[in-house]
Amino acid sequence: MSLTGKTAVELAGLIAAGEVSAVEVAQAHLDRIAAVDQRVHAFLHVDTDGALAAAAAVDARRAAGEELGPLAGVPVAVKDVLATKGVPTTCASKILEGWRPPYDATVVQRLRDAGLVILGKTNMDEFAMGSSTEYSAYGPTYNPWDLTRIPGGSGGGSAASLVAYEAPLAIGTDTGGSIRQPGAVTGTVGAKPTYGGTSRYGLVAFSSSLDTPGPCARTVLDAALLHQVIAGHDPRDSTSIPAPVPPVVQAARQGATGDLAGLRIGLVREFAGEGAEPGVLASVREAVEALVKLGAEVVEVSCPHFTYALPAYYLIAPSECSSNLARFDGVRYGLRVGDDGSRALEEVMSLTREAGFGPEVKRRIIIGTYALSSGYYDAYYGQAQKVRTLITRDFTAAFEQVDVLVAPTTPFVAFPIGSRTSDPYQMYLADLYTIPSNLYGGPAISVPCGLSEGLPVGLQVMAPTLADDRMYRVAAALESAVPALTPPDL
Amino acid sequence: MAAISRTEVAHLARLARLAVSEEELDRFAGQLDVILQAVARVGEVAAADIPPTSHSVPLTNVLREDVVIPCLGQEDALSGAPDAQEGRFRVPRILEEES
Repeated sequence: MSLTGKTAVELAGLIAAGEVSAVEVAQAHLDRIAAVDQRVHAFLHVDTDGALAAAAAVDARRAAGEELGPLAGVPVAVKDVLATKGVPTTCASKILEGWRPPYDATVVQRLRDAGLVILGKTNMDEFAMGSSTEYSAYGPTYNPWDLTRIPGGSGGGSAASLVAYEAPLAIGTDTGGSIRQPGAVTGTVGAKPTYGGTSRYGLVAFSSSLDTPGPCARTVLDAALLHQVIAGHDPRDSTSIPAPVPPVVQAARQGATGDLAGLRIGLVREFAGEGAEPGVLASVREAVEALVKLGAEVVEVSCPHFTYALPAYYLIAPSECSSNLARFDGVRYGLRVGDDGSRALEEVMSLTREAGFGPEVKRRIIIGTYALSSGYYDAYYGQAQKVRTLITRDFTAAFEQVDVLVAPTTPFVAFPIGSRTSDPYQMYLADLYTIPSNLYGGPAISVPCGLSEGLPVGLQVMAPTLADDRMYRVAAALESAVPALTPPDL
Repeated sequence: MAAISRTEVAHLARLARLAVSEEELDRFAGQLDVILQAVARVGEVAAADIPPTSHSVPLTNVLREDVVIPCLGQEDALSGAPDAQEGRFRVPRILEEES
């Protein structure tokens, strides 16, 4: 098998054994990107020189006898919403075109410290607002399973890079499902850690109370290893949790033995039927049966407020975004339009934002401005925050009965490009099942569980706050019990 | 009944410093109305006595040690500025010219 077909664990093993150099591994992935990315468009920027230099540094450290981390020399793709020092960071927006941050995000810094080799920056919906990557200002990413279909979003580029074998690992961010839903529709693994378990420092803010960086990979163990590298307390993020990283790698290895005896799994009743495609539900049912065969006890659990998660989220997230995106004012970085000496600051600001933001970002800013305005605040933003409390209580009550919850990751398989852009609310429905964990703050993972109409389906496993290890155990067990999905050749 | 009118959308866009075009206003008004009617469903939940959650991590007053650490230098801070002058961000005028 070629180097690009190998998992991160396999690549790390080969590099550590001296059978292949980190530079050779990086070059193989750069060659693959050069060969296929014109069709996939997973990347917005490929950092060839940076990647080869980082790989050479790993090889030099190894030659000098240094002890290196378990993923040293393994390539990784990074979603373009995380600041990378000196490397363009656009958030797939025209307003940040060409911006090169003067610093690294903590997640990026940790990748570098662990010897991972950053290949480049991946495509996404503008400012992570979307479920298909069609809202990128630089054009969509195409799902390698079927190039006429979406790869999910907002982190469609990261997910597509994995399934196109352009990268063995990728970083995403999950605010309402932007890691898990792309994972589901591309047949890859995507994990949202506990909110605060991974640092937001250097992550361009969309919805600060929800944004969570996390790992994307082709296998559960690879995801857990990447999780281990990027997670942990960061004094530069005031919402970072000062607690040890849950034992995710150990849990993934334990789960891979296929033994779930004694584990109680709750099937969310509210998400077991309504709104999902029959093929998705059938695949999820089979996955649940597989978990039972591995020894798990499965019971149905009711979370009555989960059906209000979507409307609550689409008030809370736009409200926070309308405030966060006020920083794009054409003063300190990014685009400035209309500054010809005749216009005052406010007019230049309005022209800059009009030219720099795409339609979905504008819609959300306007909704957020509305939901926060006096007279509407209590009925919209305030009420949504109360619903958030009730959703958290649903989770707390459910976790008194069961260890984890399961549901489909997303109601439908990858849909055709262009089929949902004219009706923005239809796009929002892609996040129906992923949003509750964001509002609650607990970890959740999407793991491939089968095919429907020839396209991948993901099972979502949700765990209590700071019990990230539990979801890895269940995901790894399922992975061991269902046939691996093999994407078509590009 | 519409949840939001074209005039309200224009007003909100102005508040949010978005110089939206007439054509965008036409399009957004209908789309935002659909979205707002859908999200207004949160009002169906009886939640009068429920405390709001702003954040899933209940942390307050997170302070770091009061020690001097390196920070971004002036040159780096200005490196992405659309316009800079004498080590500062240059901005268009803020006040109207005096008559």
